[in-house]
Parts: sequence; C-alpha cells; structure tokens
Amino acid sequence: MGALSIRQVKKTYQGNVNILKGIDIEVEAGEFLILVGPSGCGKSTLLSMIAGLDTPTSGQIHIADRDVTYAPSKDRDIAMVFQSYALYPNMNVKQNIAFGLEMRKVPKGEREEIVARVAKMLQLEHLLDRKPGQLSGGQRQRVAMGRALARDPKLFLFDEPLSNLDAKLRVEMRAEIKLLHQRTKTTTVYVTHDQVEAMTLGDRIAVMKEGQVQQLGTPEDIYARPATRFVAEFIGSPAMNMIEAQRTADGQSVHAANASGIDLPLTETQRNALPKGHVELTYGLRPEDVSLADNGLPGVLTIIEPTGPETYATVDTGVGKLTIRIPGALRRSVGETVHLQWDAQKAHLFDAGTEMRLA
Amino acid sequence: MSAPSTLRTPWLPKLVIAPSFILAFLFIYGLIAWNGYLSVSASRLLPNYEFAGFDHYASLLDNDRFRVAMINMGIFGGLFIAGSMALGLLLAILLDQKVRAEGVLRTVYLYPMAISFIVTGTAWKWILNPGLGLEHLVQQLGFTDFTFDWLVNPDKAIYCIAIAGVWQSAGFVMALFLAGLRGIDDSIIKAAQVDGASLPRIYWRIIIPTLRPVFFSTLMVVSHLAIKSFDLVMALTAGGPGYATDLPATFMYAMAFSRGQIGLGAASATVMLATVAAIVVPYLYSELRAKK
Amino acid sequence: MSSTQPRSFTFQRLLLWTVLALFAVYFLTPLYVMLSTSLKDMDQVRGGNLLALPHGLNFEAWAKAWGTACTGIECNGLKPFFMNSLMMVLPAVAVSTAIGAVNGYVLAKWTFRGSETMFAFLLFGVFMPLQVVLLPMSQVLGWMGLASSIWGLMLVHIVCGIPSTTLFFRNYYVGLPQELVKAAMLDGASFWQIFFRIVLPLSTPILVVTLIWQFTNVWNDFLFGVVFSGADSKPITVGLNNLANTSSTVKEYNVDMAAALIAALPTLFVYVVAGKYFVRGLTAGAVKG
Repeated sequence: MGALSIRQVKKTYQGNVNILKGIDIEVEAGEFLILVGPSGCGKSTLLSMIAGLDTPTSGQIHIADRDVTYAPSKDRDIAMVFQSYALYPNMNVKQNIAFGLEMRKVPKGEREEIVARVAKMLQLEHLLDRKPGQLSGGQRQRVAMGRALARDPKLFLFDEPLSNLDAKLRVEMRAEIKLLHQRTKTTTVYVTHDQVEAMTLGDRIAVMKEGQVQQLGTPEDIYARPATRFVAEFIGSPAMNMIEAQRTADGQSVHAANASGIDLPLTETQRNALPKGHVELTYGLRPEDVSLADNGLPGVLTIIEPTGPETYATVDTGVGKLTIRIPGALRRSVGETVHLQWDAQKAHLFDAGTEMRLA
Repeated sequence: MSAPSTLRTPWLPKLVIAPSFILAFLFIYGLIAWNGYLSVSASRLLPNYEFAGFDHYASLLDNDRFRVAMINMGIFGGLFIAGSMALGLLLAILLDQKVRAEGVLRTVYLYPMAISFIVTGTAWKWILNPGLGLEHLVQQLGFTDFTFDWLVNPDKAIYCIAIAGVWQSAGFVMALFLAGLRGIDDSIIKAAQVDGASLPRIYWRIIIPTLRPVFFSTLMVVSHLAIKSFDLVMALTAGGPGYATDLPATFMYAMAFSRGQIGLGAASATVMLATVAAIVVPYLYSELRAKK
Repeated sequence: MSSTQPRSFTFQRLLLWTVLALFAVYFLTPLYVMLSTSLKDMDQVRGGNLLALPHGLNFEAWAKAWGTACTGIECNGLKPFFMNSLMMVLPAVAVSTAIGAVNGYVLAKWTFRGSETMFAFLLFGVFMPLQVVLLPMSQVLGWMGLASSIWGLMLVHIVCGIPSTTLFFRNYYVGLPQELVKAAMLDGASFWQIFFRIVLPLSTPILVVTLIWQFTNVWNDFLFGVVFSGADSKPITVGLNNLANTSSTVKEYNVDMAAALIAALPTLFVYVVAGKYFVRGLTAGAVKG
C-alpha cells in the first residue's frame, strides 16, 4: 500500500457545483507528486482534503494505511507550506518553527535541538531571533519549510509555495526544495499552476482540469505522450502547435481543415490508429520538433523572439500560425519566407471531439 | 472563506458564541417584543398586561406633544445630518491636502466626540444663554441691538440643538471620510492628473463618487445619532421651552418615567424603532450581501 | 492629493490654512469658554462676556463643583457621581471588550452555517434605539434585584456593548489571513490555543480602538444612567445634568462649567493620549458603519 491513497474522492458545494468529480491517486512512500492545472481545476481543494482542512463529499483518504478521511488535521501527522507562508507574525523565527512541537508537548530540550538542526539545514541560524516582518520573501519561504520539516511528518504538502517569489528566486528555491526532498525522502504532494515547476520537481505529475485527473504519469510520459489535448497544450512552453485536420472517409491522407491541398504526414502506426470513416482530428506538433529546411511547408516569419540559448519563431503558413524552436540565434528577419519540416513520428494526434489521444 | 471544517471539537466555536447570541436574542429581540406588548397593553403607571389594542398608537396620533416631537425630529434630524455630513466632508477634504499640522488639527476637530452630549449641552446652554452668553458678547462688541434668544424661543430653540449637535459630530464624520479618502488608490488620481484634470474637478468627478460606500455608512451612523438624541436635548433645553424642543426620545422618557404612561411610552419607543429599522435594515441587508 | 504641486507659499495654501484655522477656532471656542468661565467668580461672569479672560486663576468654582455643589436634594458635589462612574465603567468596558473579542474570533475565523445570520441579528443591536428596551429592561432588573444598583447599570452596559465590540473585532479578524488559523491547526493547536497564542497577540490595534470607544460611550452615557440608577448609583452624567439644571438656587455658571469639565476630563484625557491610535484603528476599517 502506498503512503497516500486517494480513492474516488468527490466534492460538491451547495448541491450543484462539482469541484472534484472522482479522484483516484496512489502515492508511493518517498514519492514527490505534483498536482498541476489551471485555476479552478480543484487541486487546492484536493490538497485541503489531504490536509484535513476540508472533508470530501464522498470517497476516502488514507495516509500510511490509516483512514484519515474525517480525522482532524492535527491527527494526520502532516505538515504544510502555504502560498503565503502563513508565518505567525507575532513570533520570531525560532518560535515559529517550534510552535508545532510545542503544541505536541515536545519537551523544551528536544525542541531546541530540532530547531537548531532544521535551522542549520536551511541556513536560517542567523535569522532565529527575527520576526517574519523583517525577513525577505525567500527567507520567509525557508522558515515556512523549516516549520514543516521540524515536525518530521509522514507527508509534506506544498500549496503553490513559490508563486509569491520573483522569477530568479523561484528558480533558486525550486532547487532547494528538490535537494531537500532528496535528503529527507518524505512523501510530498505539491500543488502548482506552473508547468515548469511540475516538470522539474515531480516524480509523477497529475494534470488536473475541472475536477478530474486528465493524466497521471512521470514527466517524461506526460511530455512525450500526453493523453489529452489539454495536457498536450498545458505542458511545454511555447505550447504545442495544434492544427485542425480531417481525414475523409475514403481518403488515405490527413489534410489540414482550412487548407485541403496540404497533406500532413502520418506514420503507418498512426494511420492504423485512426478509426474508420470520416475523422475530425487535431494534429499536434511540439515547437522543437519542427525545423527550418530548404523545402517543406512554406510560410512567412512574422515574430522572432530570441531568448539567449534559443529562438522562438512564429511562422504564418497555409495551415495556420506555427511556433518553432531553434537552438541558438536565428539569422533571418521578419517577412522572410521559410520552409518547415518535421518527422511524422513526432506528431501527436487527438480526436477533435473527445480530445483524447489517438496516436 | 469558510472555516476549516475539521476540528477535534467542532462544537466548541458554536458553544462559545452561543451565550452571546442567546443574550442578544433575549435582550434585544425579546425585550423589543416585550416593549411591543407593553405598547398594546393597558399599562399606565405600572405594567398592566391587559390587552388594550392600538389605543396608545391612536392617541399618539392625536397627541400634540408627540406631533411636535416628530416634526422636531425632522427639522433637527435634517439639519444635524446635513450639517455634520457637509462640514465633515469639507474638513476631510481640506485636511487631505497634505497639511503639515494635520495631526494637531485632527485632534482639535475630533475632540468634541470624546465628551458627553451632556457636557456639550451644558456648555452650549451657557454659550447660547440669552442674557450672558453670545447675545451679551455681541452686544458688548458694539452691536447693541443684537438679540439671540433662540434658546428660549419655542420656534427657534430646536435650531440651537442642531448647532450644538453639528459641533459635536462633524469631527467624527470628518474622521470617517478622511479614512475613506486615504483608502483611495493614488494611481487613479495620478492618471486623472496626467489626463489634465484640475484638482477640484478630480474631487468632484472621481473622489467623491468613489466615496459612496463611506458616504452611506457614515450616513447610517449620523442618522442613528440623530434619532437617538436624548442626552443633548435634556442638557440643553430639557425639551423646553414647554415641549417645544421635544424629540421622540425625550417624549418616550417623559411618558414612561415621569408621567406614568408606560403604554404610551412603549408605543412611542416602537415608533422610534420602526423609523430606525426602516433605514438601517435595508442598509445592513445590502451590506452583508455585498460582503459575501 | 496636491503632491505634484510645489509646497511654496501660494495663495491657495494661505486660503487653506485660514479656513482650517477658522474651523479650529470654531471647535475650540466652547472649550475655551468652559475653561475661562470656570476660572471666574460670578461677578466676573456677569460683568464681562463669554470670551473675556478670567482675572487670575480662581479655582473656587472647581472646588465647589467637586465637593459642595447641589445636585438635587443633596449637596455633595460631583465627587460621589465620579466615583460611581469609575466603579461602573471599568468592569463594564473590560467585560464587554473581552466577550466581543471572543465573539469576533468565532464569527470571523470559525464560520459555520448560520453564523453570518447570527452576526446580522447581533448587528442590529448596534443600531437599535435604546428607548425600545428601556421599559422591559427595568422590569428585568427589578426581578433580578438589581433595579437601582450599580451592578444593574453595569450589566446593561455590558449587554448593550457586546454587539458593538463584536462588530469591531469581527471586522478586524476578518482581515487576518485565514491561512494563519489553518497553519496553526496543522501545527496541532486547539481553538483556544489559536486564540491566545496567535490571534490575541495580533489584536493590539483593535483592542485599543474598542477600549477607547467603549470607555467613551459608557462614561458619557446618560440615558441608561438616568433610567437604571438608584439614589446611590447615579453616574457622573446624571450628576452633571442635575447640577446644571437645579432651579433652586441662583445660577452659578462658573460652577456649571467647572462641573462639565470635571465630567469631560477622563474621556478627554484618554482621547488626547490615545486618540491617534483610535484614528489609526478607524482608518484600518475597524468601524464600518
């Protein structure tokens, strides 16, 4: 059995609003699970239920084989880092970290030891006497993590902890969180709306939309074989290029919906995966899978965005605007005609109606 | 934001607030109901729980003193509310102009709220004293024909109460408006300045409309003060001369506690309640709705 | 607002200062009149006018107001009334504030179904005209045996103070992040531990506002004082009113003014010392109609 078991958890508000429509996730001990999705998908609600701050309308939650669905938070042996850190403003860093231990009646000597150890791990030793108001964003974040670490719980919960930090700090703290997890090997559930955090931190990722898990898998799985159109567009930046296409009932090839003269290449496997008859589908291409060549799909460069290590370019083609990624700098200018080529194997096919992956 | 719904003792918050709620229910609504019953009972000097129908209410309509009280309520209420609101707003706008002595001035404008209406009434009674007060002062300054006997004039005395009332409350209104003004986002003002609006225009077209919620909540507070006015009248004129400056509050007190007309007093209190409720309840309702 | 204009001595600034100063005079004049009159003897009062300075500092009127002025039948000055007020106000303020804090905590941080409605009902108590509970309240106090005692008056002030204090604390606590409570719950704190260890230490601004507000209102109250007190338990507002309105002897305006000042001193003192905290609290949205 896993360290955390979420079974058929549903949540409805006021009779009609379905926030969670049946979530099933098994988390292994020591695993770092990411819950990612757009606002309103239910990830924070699910986290609240794991934390014991909310109860599901139906379903169960087990932590380390104990049914905790209705158990109060303090009985669940979990620790949480909030988006706003929720540090107690009237206490200094030391007292903040020790508060949970105090509530659990840990004797003073032991408390001091634990606080010292945690402070050392997070480099907070010189800040112990300061109040949260006197700390920077990054320091507050570390104190919040310290408070969670001090409890040595069975489960760590993170609720978008890096959202309030500036870009540079976010990258640094991401690395710290990853290092910390490698050291402590505590089972972790981490909620974010940032797909980069999801990909870099997670052992497994649950991509959520409108109260359901669209796909649960490793970062590689999710990136290479997205199960739905939503997952394909959500993960990866710039987003996957989507071309609306169709294959007529008697046709062999797939052509773009708005440009019937242009055929989109398919492999044998992909062709076989298509259902019989007329098919409306979406043909997806990741920007890095499309390259500039001497011949291929013609188009005009409309936007060029150099980022340093690579360049994103938007090309206006017969099938629509496509974004491509090119390593290094692009020695072309806006308005030039270019040709695009790609390997059919790299294409992702989704049913236009159900948005599920076809091939 | 709803509370964390799992607590080891989920009944505790409800238990803690229950006594206050029960107390409030009993002492507010229970007593209001009781008062209501008294107003339809045959009570005179002592409570008499025999049902007397709406006799007392009917006699209120005929009662000259009550009629005067209600008219005075209108005059005084209108002047007091308009005066306090206008003066308070003006002072708030003036003080908002980054004046260096703001702290001191604010203290000066606001201190009258700290003293009792009885003290205010006593002081202004002296100031408006026909023989030795304001009249005397102005006469001594040379205007020997100046008369200011409003305080003892049945038709004019009510204005004196309004004057004293505005003096007391304008500062408080100012404080509320000032807080509202300070809460306005600076960037909106700056945008208007960049757009070329002059200062008075900015005030008129942007700031004052933004103050609408503050305006209404302040209006509530001031109206409430106006309807409750009892202390001020008792100290300044004791309802006199005769009952020319009676207000519903003083009428109620007189009937219930000095004239041995409990039923009538209770009826007048119920009328006061109805007046307040008519204003406050819709306001509270819309406020609590909005806060959701 | 005029931050973009140079702070030079323009005509506009001069006008602004003049108007502000005139209003300051308007507000201060009654205080000056009270003070100066209280320091004169009756000859000066009759001889001079409202604004005339006293001929020296004559505290006779003050002594008389405190100790020997007549307030109806008795002539013991305001001292006994002052003591009554003191004994009544301090516990009433403390208790109503404490209860308001706990109530506000529950209503803001531990909402449950119906808690908003409860709050709305409680809120009406802030606005209702007190006349409407006067008669039944005196009956109730009579039954409890508290009809003309200081305890009865104290009880009334506590009960009628709870809606206001609850309003202040609840509005303030709503501004405290709910995540603090959640974090504390996860840390294992109980309902009361969260209140005493986290919420209360963060309540200083609103505590000051509420204490000042309650003290001012209860000390300055007249209506309850005149209805619910007995011969020995009348508060200072009643004493002052009686003193200033006794028609028996010759009017001694200087004593009246001294008495008014004595009655006003405690609240004025609180205001001058702690007033800026009060305004700060108002600005923080403590009193929202």
